[in-house]
Amino acid sequence: MADWLQLFQRYLPDFIKGAAVTIELTVVGLAIGFAIGLLLALARLYGPLWLKTLAIGYIELFRGTPLLVQLFLIYYGLPSLGLTLTQTVSAYLALGLNSAAYQAEYFRGAIQSIGSSQMTAGRAIGLSRWKTIWYIILPQALRLVIPAWSNEPISLLKTTAVVFLIAVQDLMAKAKRAATATYDPIGSYLAVAVVYLVLVIVLNWGLKYLERKTVIPGFEMDSKKV
Amino acid sequence: MTLEFVMAKPILTIKNLTKKYGGNAVFHNIDLTVNEGDTIVIIGPSGTGKSTLLRCINLLTCADEGQIWLDDLEITAKGCDDDRVRQHIGMVFQNFLLFNHLTALDNVMLGLTKVKHMKPEEARVKALSELERVGLSDRADHYPGQLSGGQQQRVAIARALAMDPRIMLFDEPTSALDPELIGEVLEVMRKLALEGMTMLVVTHEMGFAREVADRIVFLEKGSIVEEGSPDDLFYHPKNERTREFLWKITELYGKKEENK
Repeated sequence: MADWLQLFQRYLPDFIKGAAVTIELTVVGLAIGFAIGLLLALARLYGPLWLKTLAIGYIELFRGTPLLVQLFLIYYGLPSLGLTLTQTVSAYLALGLNSAAYQAEYFRGAIQSIGSSQMTAGRAIGLSRWKTIWYIILPQALRLVIPAWSNEPISLLKTTAVVFLIAVQDLMAKAKRAATATYDPIGSYLAVAVVYLVLVIVLNWGLKYLERKTVIPGFEMDSKKV
Repeated sequence: MTLEFVMAKPILTIKNLTKKYGGNAVFHNIDLTVNEGDTIVIIGPSGTGKSTLLRCINLLTCADEGQIWLDDLEITAKGCDDDRVRQHIGMVFQNFLLFNHLTALDNVMLGLTKVKHMKPEEARVKALSELERVGLSDRADHYPGQLSGGQQQRVAIARALAMDPRIMLFDEPTSALDPELIGEVLEVMRKLALEGMTMLVVTHEMGFAREVADRIVFLEKGSIVEEGSPDDLFYHPKNERTREFLWKITELYGKKEENK
């Protein structure tokens, strides 16, 4: 135990640097995924048939193939098409495009449950379709989606670990380095597991806070204990 | 005579309106005229197309045949701007359909700022006066989830009124309410009728129909069976079906009316 604590202490500055990269990857991936995911959900629900088909195709493709394959195709594959991206940009892109497919489905579910009745109410006072979506449906759907969507940041944070395979210096890469240097893989990986866990706990706490902050007055009952 | 002529200005004219789902006609060849200041009540068994008729008038559903005019504008014509038409037709739904993430005040203000492009301060004043009109100015900052059903429906009425519509459509506005909350909504509607608002109301509230309606239209199986003044329909119905329906519905709802 003492040895392990020593290892943890020695490599902590390194782990913190790695954790910063991991957080960066999570934030950027989540943001790209949010933007594209929301567009995909809207396209799938309100778009013309060709756009709907395109959105469904995208979602099925990115949910149906491993993230690692997508990452390798972007980092090693795109250069042969004349597009060379740095490791970091490739990682952002793979994580973002992949997350978009999952986020799209969360958003779609929430928008559908707000239902066509709110659309009817919006149209009835003379709002256009897109204004109704913007002012009426999204503000409610984006609140409603939070509990389910909260899976995505947590899942993504841990998923970012695959990017060490294209030599991005994230938390996982630091663990590998520590393991090689100390000949103590168990201690090293256990150490980063603890760091990941702390990150997730903090993230989870933040998400719960977001959920509380955005609740619509009069609907608090849902989150109260009965 | 001149006065009557002025009074009888049609706001809404429906000619030969037919709506089909699949092969079945929901209603067919409906003719109806609503004059300025009139309160017309549509009654009839469920599933006879009353709600669909209102949705067609508001262009929320497309009619298959026939025409609708709002004032002199044919709103069923091709190239007619739906969103523009709907601004001038107020609609109140059975289940209120308030925007749950907005306060009562913001519910009423939204159409003013986003559709009519009013300045926020002006819209606020207007919205508050509409809430006053339905007796809810003290609930302006409440969210729908914090209001009773009756209060929610009154906010919905204020939301529709705020757009200064030419006509108000009510689709069974009290059907989703607890009996003790129905009165407050009917009271607001009665007041509107007295103020001269043009209204087309689908309801089972026979007391309201008898007292407030200028004309009652009995719709069954997708066509107008009979229409006339409340007295004519209640006391001298020409059609056997009208008599049967009114007898049945009075049996059902009559006791409640007497208790008021």
